[in-house]
Amino acid sequence: MKKELGIGSLVLVLCIVLSILNPRFLSLYNLRNQATLVGEFGIFSIGMGIVIITSGIDLSVGSAFALLGVVLSILLREWHWPWFLAAAGAVFLMLLLGLFHAFMITIVKLQPFIVTLCGLLIYRGLARGVAHDEAKGFGTENFGILRSLANGHFLGVPMPLVLLIIVSIIMWVVLHRSVYGRYLYAVGRNEQAARFSGINTNLIVGSAYVVSMGLAAISGILFAFDTNSVSPSNHGNSYELYGIAAAVLGGCSLRGGEGSIIGILLGSILLQVLQNLVNLVGIPSSQNFTVMGTVILLGVTVDQLLAGRKRRVTAPKVTGPPSGGSIPPETVGTQTGAPL
Amino acid sequence: MPAPLLELKGISKRFPGVVALDNVSLAVEKGEVVALIGENGAGKSTLMKTLGGVHQPDEGEICINGNVASIRSVSDSVALGIGFVHQELNNLDNLDVAANIYLGREPMWGGPLRLVDRQKMESDSLIYLRRLGLDVSPRTLLSSLSLAQQQMVEIAKALSQNARILILDEPTSSLTQGETDRLLQTVRDLRDEGVSVLYISHRLGEIRQIANRVVALRDGKNVGGLAREQITHDNMVRLMVGRDVKNFYVAGSTVPRHGRLQARNVRTRFRPAHAVSFDAAGGEILGFAGLVGAGRSELMQTIFGVDAALEGTVMLDGKAITLGNVKSTIGSGIYLVPEDRRKTGLIVAMTVRENITLPGLWEYTTAGLISRQREDVESERQVKSLRIKTPTIEAKAMNLSGGNQQKIVLGKWLALSPKVLIVDEPTRGIDVGAKAEIYRLLRELTDRDVAVIVVSSDLEEVLNISDRIIVMREGQIAGTLQRDQFSEKSVMDLAFGTTAAA
Repeated sequence: MKKELGIGSLVLVLCIVLSILNPRFLSLYNLRNQATLVGEFGIFSIGMGIVIITSGIDLSVGSAFALLGVVLSILLREWHWPWFLAAAGAVFLMLLLGLFHAFMITIVKLQPFIVTLCGLLIYRGLARGVAHDEAKGFGTENFGILRSLANGHFLGVPMPLVLLIIVSIIMWVVLHRSVYGRYLYAVGRNEQAARFSGINTNLIVGSAYVVSMGLAAISGILFAFDTNSVSPSNHGNSYELYGIAAAVLGGCSLRGGEGSIIGILLGSILLQVLQNLVNLVGIPSSQNFTVMGTVILLGVTVDQLLAGRKRRVTAPKVTGPPSGGSIPPETVGTQTGAPL
Repeated sequence: MPAPLLELKGISKRFPGVVALDNVSLAVEKGEVVALIGENGAGKSTLMKTLGGVHQPDEGEICINGNVASIRSVSDSVALGIGFVHQELNNLDNLDVAANIYLGREPMWGGPLRLVDRQKMESDSLIYLRRLGLDVSPRTLLSSLSLAQQQMVEIAKALSQNARILILDEPTSSLTQGETDRLLQTVRDLRDEGVSVLYISHRLGEIRQIANRVVALRDGKNVGGLAREQITHDNMVRLMVGRDVKNFYVAGSTVPRHGRLQARNVRTRFRPAHAVSFDAAGGEILGFAGLVGAGRSELMQTIFGVDAALEGTVMLDGKAITLGNVKSTIGSGIYLVPEDRRKTGLIVAMTVRENITLPGLWEYTTAGLISRQREDVESERQVKSLRIKTPTIEAKAMNLSGGNQQKIVLGKWLALSPKVLIVDEPTRGIDVGAKAEIYRLLRELTDRDVAVIVVSSDLEEVLNISDRIIVMREGQIAGTLQRDQFSEKSVMDLAFGTTAAA
């Protein structure tokens, strides 16, 4: 909870500074734009967070967005499928990719990094192949509710943000109140011990990749209609890194077993505010990544320093008389480590 | 009289909120074995860490040969001839024996190129390996050595640094009886060569065998010592606990009624050549003795289902259970307290509550969601009935002592309803007080008709708590001993195969 408080106040301070530096930040137009982006990025970042909680990683989502985009365009505009079937097909495709990751990671026992890195390459390649390296668009048709999901509003709030709120509530309950959620943390912290407690660890770990791809499917449809033209060679490029950054900023540890929905949400908001800051304050947009990288690094460093200080102050007290042998050094190390 | 080789004078060490060491004085003469005893948290390890350069004392001084020594770092300590073999071995098992012994001070050649002189390193290593009677090549990868051999390599490393004082912290906690005997012999040989040994152990039997003197710590204070002829089990326990511990072992009272667990022709992946069959009755404590590597833990993990069985059936109350599926084994009431509580017994980064409720999490749900209140009630109940010493149920398991961690693992299963409880090394690295409580608890379970199976490499333990002992050797059951046949010799004979199976 402290972590969320920290990043929450950082978001707040940045917003205040930004609205002072450039009042346009608070304009309805800008706020709606930001809300749309937060919604689009937040949804798949939650999926990424869940994978990271199991101490895994999913590098393939950015490429998967491109593949989903071109496939969706082909289904709708070339094959003329009804919008709901096309959307279902796109979601199904993403779930299949997730299942494939799950299989390679839990049954074949390859490392998540390797499996999803190969996914990153393969899906990008497939997207370009399927589209013959040409941009695939959606024209001006509405395709049922699909376009309004990306561009519409509900009570003045952009639909992507509405969707994010719905997804967050559901995932909050799943992660923080359900047995499945507890199992995710257990598996992320100590897979062996989880297995000895009767948890089907393969099922839990594998499911995280499917959930991740399922949420990425929602984000993917939003991205596709928001850009309205999917260029297979760069659509969604490096978006997986935004997801990882949001999750890590929000308190997910790459060692697994840590993180929360609120944290991931705040992480996603922080990333968008930073991008907005670059635009509104007049920093050259070429320096976009520099600013983002620097802020993430600073945040994680401060967190690490605070955690280290906390450990020095409290550790001997809670460990009782330090008999040393009772606590192996490796567990002490992971006790309050920084997220990265 | 010359000054002793090592003298600690009035050492105090405070951590925030805790006085870990309170004015502790202690002297060690050349060529003597001093055993340091005390419950977990008594300050033994902290005291040794001040010697090893890990902690600096707040007060007091350390004298070597009468000269005040300043030990500010591990390297200071090594330079003064202090060798420290930690309980958790600190070796690199991807390197070979010689590389481990000379880690960080490899002999060099090639001048500025600073190349490692493998030849010298290996021939020098061999000297120390021979001296310890360790028959392995310096080129052997550490990962292919047994735990006991790896420990010998650590001792070799200390000797190669000209250690005059050797600190052994719980050296036998993971060793079998045979390995322990060999280690004790090594300690005697080193002592006769003039090396002084500070020996920390919870195994009082070993201390009786090798210590010249015993020093006991309690709550960070030196509470007295025992000369060679005073070293008895009862004297040591009295010093450590500060009172007499009655009924340390609780004898069985119930008459075994029926075979609850029947294992038939179980073949494990580790010992595929041998099939094992045995029965465990409700109301008995069935001990499993044998050397480490005899296949006891593997057999239990196969029955529990974390390891796949190649063949065999396991029946509980006459009904076959599904092998290889932990969830269904747990569902039928067969539970395992594994050997390594930090790696497999507990999720140490989780709270006491989360650990206790983990295996039966569905029991605490309403409409699929976890009820915190019901979790709290059950974990409070276990904390109370097992007397787990923890500030709250929200404390992380890693912050508790070994004995309390073991109680949490037991609590995980007692929160459900055990029919068969398999406990692998129930008291490894646990202090005397907690040990007695765990023994009592296991005995109470038998009163509830639970079949308790205890796998233990601690001979004293297995002989004293069991109603019946099965001895395993190389993946097979070497024999079964009834209570009137119990003796160290009868168990060891079967474990080593020196007599025909009973």
